[in-house]
Amino acid sequence: MDLLRFITAGSVDDGKSTLIGRLLYDTDSIKVDQLETILKQSKNKSEGEIDLALFTDGLRAEREQGITIDVAYKYFNTEKRKFIIADAPGHTQYTRNMVTGASNSDLIIILVDARQGVIEQTRRHSIIASLLAIPHVVVTVNKMDMVHYSEAVYNDIVLDYMKMAEQLNIKDVTFIPISALNGDNIVKPSANTPWYEGETLLNLLETIDIANDINLTDPRFAVQYVIRPQSDDLHDYRGYAGKVVSGVYKKGDLVTVLPEGIDSEIEAVEINGEEVDIAFAPQSAVIRLKHDIDVNRGNVIATQANMPRVSQEVEAMLCWMDNKPLTPGNKYLIQVHGKTVRCVVKEINYKLDVNTLVKHDNIQQAGLNDIVNVTIKTATPIVFDSYESLRANGGAILIDETAFTTVAGCMLQ
Amino acid sequence: MSQYKLDYLDLLEAESIHIMREVAGQFERPALLFSGGKDSITLVQLALKAFKPGKIPFPLVHIDTGHNFPEAIKYRDEVVERTGAKLIVRNVADTIKAKGLKEQTGKFASRNALQSYTLLDTIEEFGFDACIGGARRDEEKARAKERIFSVRDEFGAWDPKRQRPELWNLYNGKIAKGENVRVFPISNWVELDVWNYIKREQIELPSIYFTHEREVLVHGEYLVAVSPFIRIDEGDIIETRHVRYRTVGDMTCTAAVESTASTIDDIVAEIHKTNISERGETRIDDQISEAAMEDRKKNGYF
Ligand SMILES: Nc1nc2c(ncn2[C@@H]2O[C@H](COP(=O)(O)OP(=O)(O)OP(=O)(O)O)[C@@H](O)[C@H]2O)c(=O)[nH]1
Ligand SMILES: [Mg+2]
Repeated sequence: MDLLRFITAGSVDDGKSTLIGRLLYDTDSIKVDQLETILKQSKNKSEGEIDLALFTDGLRAEREQGITIDVAYKYFNTEKRKFIIADAPGHTQYTRNMVTGASNSDLIIILVDARQGVIEQTRRHSIIASLLAIPHVVVTVNKMDMVHYSEAVYNDIVLDYMKMAEQLNIKDVTFIPISALNGDNIVKPSANTPWYEGETLLNLLETIDIANDINLTDPRFAVQYVIRPQSDDLHDYRGYAGKVVSGVYKKGDLVTVLPEGIDSEIEAVEINGEEVDIAFAPQSAVIRLKHDIDVNRGNVIATQANMPRVSQEVEAMLCWMDNKPLTPGNKYLIQVHGKTVRCVVKEINYKLDVNTLVKHDNIQQAGLNDIVNVTIKTATPIVFDSYESLRANGGAILIDETAFTTVAGCMLQ
Repeated sequence: MSQYKLDYLDLLEAESIHIMREVAGQFERPALLFSGGKDSITLVQLALKAFKPGKIPFPLVHIDTGHNFPEAIKYRDEVVERTGAKLIVRNVADTIKAKGLKEQTGKFASRNALQSYTLLDTIEEFGFDACIGGARRDEEKARAKERIFSVRDEFGAWDPKRQRPELWNLYNGKIAKGENVRVFPISNWVELDVWNYIKREQIELPSIYFTHEREVLVHGEYLVAVSPFIRIDEGDIIETRHVRYRTVGDMTCTAAVESTASTIDDIVAEIHKTNISERGETRIDDQISEAAMEDRKKNGYF
């Protein structure tokens, strides 16, 4: 069975949490004791009615305020697939938590309230989806019950969204009219939307093709830890434990250890202490090399025929996530896989206006939740690919040098 | 391309091993919290696989409440023997004595909350900067909100409002002196994944996970093992039943489930059928308040 990770996004109160509750409820994924607890808490509802959003709003503050503050992860499966859901908050203030959930998702469901149409937060989350290159986008027009299941309302929103999607270069988009509250077109096709001929949301989630989302052509191996047992029988053993970020590795591959650029050849690929024919993304593996060279955490092992970039200067799209603003000249730590080095943000090249999608230059500062393009200079070379061409090897984070908080997500270019 | 397809258990395992190695790579003094329950048993298996042919590069730490199932302790010692891992045990009873802590009273008086004191002392004593734990997000709604690298202040407190963003598989383990990180490599596993993995890997389990005859106190829906740690009152219903444990925690607050399952296949089949969650069926301590777990976490608990 395979695994699909998806996230729900969209503006405040568009019904993200309710939708997830509905999916879980209609697929019988909720246990009776959990249901009882939720029933007890659904105090604003009439007898027997449940507040489906309470399945994911697990913090006290969330239940008190009726909003989502941080991502909740929920799990369910059908006969066809296993699912990991991230329920994101809609409030602008908590965008960084949405980015957290979105970064690992194969698919994003963007909810739009049928009464409101595409609004600022819809655009913000769509921009983030496009920047993070989430492979599949589903736009669900929710609360159709409140617009009398009107086809015209739905069609207007679809057109509106398509216009924006084009500008954002979002390719694989599907639209579904739903009511999270009543369950229309979520697990069962709805009689209220006879004009809609597409599939239900669950059906789409179960069948969408994700096999090609993993890059198996550009070999990148990020070394995390060096295994040196130094026992009698394994005296000279040196194995580089790490993750196959992308691509495929096998014995005999001619490789280069980066950023130093030292050539070698793979002597063995191991998983669970045993030699294997191949290791491929996203497996965790151990690589042993023919030559006795210095390899450490933070090194990347690539094949000589297909190299990533090695540079001390890089442009990046940033989602700024800290309350302290970003000002050119500020120093941070940048973490790319196992490598963490000092860096300086030399310049803010432009800021993306979430409403108009216009790029504003001449920007002196970036604040919480801003999306900006910057130039970063690093103290020592980093190894990466452009995020657009190889998602698995183009992401980085910026860390505050003294507070150690994560202040930005970077899509390297 | 089908030769490059991974089953969900392989995907989960790959992610968890990556996290284990991040801990070993990023921290100076990590530890793995080991209770003898199935989740921490799974962690040990993952750690073994992550560092083969080397040994697990960090000690196993058991915060011993003194209210353990003897079978779990026996199992713990066997694991240490078999894997050659280093074991550190610290006793909650000692902390209670040294600090003059007040123990819970009542029928099922539990040391579950007091564990946090011993844990924090142990972290300080050994200077642990990261503690690996077997919590899963599917267990409980506050856990569902926690990051894989969960930064705790010097009181071990979790502040849900100050969680760091956690993007892709980049884990930021940088901390200030005095802080520590709780790491949850099997965050994304659900109960059945753990069972299916134990089955696939043919991991041995403590015997109490399988059906056995036991004297239990029938407390409403819960079957609580008769032990010196709980108070038996007049009129209590004590019966001998065929039970197994779905989770192994303290004898005071973990309930058994009626079952004749004698193999992992039987257990998996039973869990498929059950309509009650793991915590709901077995954890007496979470029934007290809606935010019991969130509150404990804010006090340094896992
Ligand atoms: N009529 C109607 N109401 C809905 C529908 N979906 C959600 N709602 C209601 O809209 C309100 C907000 O729903 P939530 O699911 O909490 O919204 P959310 O998008 O998760 O909100 P945040 O996470 O705080 O951004 C609740 O009162 C829901 O009952 C729907 O399809 N129809
Ligand atoms: Mg919500």
